[in-house]
Amino acid sequence: MALIARSEELALAELYDRHGRAAYALARRIVRDPNLAEDAVQDAFLAIWRGAARFVPERAGAVSWIMTLVHRRAVDIVRREQRRRSEPLDEPAVAAGSGPSAEDSAWLRLERERVQTALRQLPDQQRETLELAYYGGFTQPELADRLGRPLGTIKSQMFAALANLREILGPTAPEESWKTS
Amino acid sequence: MEDELIHDLCAAYALDALAPDEERAFEAHLASCARCREELAGLSETAAALAYAVPPAEPPARLRARILDAARAERPNVVPLRPRRSAGNIVLASVAAAAACAAVGLGIWAATLHGRLGSNNQALSALALHGASGSLVRAPNGEAALVVSGLSPAPPGKTYETWVIRSGKATRAGLFSGKSGTAIVQLTRRVPSGAIVGVTLERAGGVEQPTSTPLVTSAPAA
Repeated sequence: MALIARSEELALAELYDRHGRAAYALARRIVRDPNLAEDAVQDAFLAIWRGAARFVPERAGAVSWIMTLVHRRAVDIVRREQRRRSEPLDEPAVAAGSGPSAEDSAWLRLERERVQTALRQLPDQQRETLELAYYGGFTQPELADRLGRPLGTIKSQMFAALANLREILGPTAPEESWKTS
Repeated sequence: MEDELIHDLCAAYALDALAPDEERAFEAHLASCARCREELAGLSETAAALAYAVPPAEPPARLRARILDAARAERPNVVPLRPRRSAGNIVLASVAAAAACAAVGLGIWAATLHGRLGSNNQALSALALHGASGSLVRAPNGEAALVVSGLSPAPPGKTYETWVIRSGKATRAGLFSGKSGTAIVQLTRRVPSGAIVGVTLERAGGVEQPTSTPLVTSAPAA
């Protein structure tokens, strides 16, 4: 029993070592505050821990699943902390000195470039809607308010944006490249 | 028409951008719509790719230790899940949403439910299965859903039958056919404290009492 618990702990540590940096960067982008970002990442990894009869960290889909959890936690937090959300979204989320480092793996750099390039190919309003929703944590009605567009327009722009992004990014799952690195 | 409209909510759901009332409606819809679950699985992958477009940020070194310490302090594999609402098919709706987003190993899917916790104080628990991958998700009132993967489709003329088993007595709790992916089965009967849930293979239409020992069993309900 102790052996099982031990191996699960190692699995959790391995999961964190692989994905903790990307998870933290995402949380930081959404909640801004470093302490709240830590809370979001910790919540997500503990949720994994609680649900994990067995980890399959290398399995395709696992990475995006972790990010789904982190995103949800971060959005919950930012909705609670209303005041942060009025800050402009283009403000850099990275504190001085924590820019690209040797620790920033080549894979993460490539993936960032790939997704940013894809985002730039979206029509402006679609990109704006998508980014405010995903990174800003705004709901559709909030976006309609903020952007002064009808709710129906926001809904169709958001759907089109994500569907287009899926087209542009293509079928290559990020974790496949991850496994080869 | 209405189906088309609710289908369009997949993208916003994948982005966590639905208003709370629409989110609830969509989760309830997911429970009965395989097409939306499949669509959501794909769109969730795309949404998650957005996670990688953010500026790099180095987590403080203490975060790793903090997470591992907190994990060690908890009993693993007991999942306190807090759904957002107290009435209706909470179990089924939450399970469907989680299963769609977590198109990954079922050992860890339940964490998505936890990730969607709300302020409602009704807690769901996820019980481990023996004999197949998956979990039994149960609300305190006994309402439960079985999420199981890796059961091959029932052969022609056969069906899987679920049972609530307590003190050696088995009560019928619903039929399902099994499929190559993940099956989500809402039990027609509540699962009382101390009971387990079992699955047997029976003739089509089901039987009154199980004809074999269960192929799959859950851990006992708390």
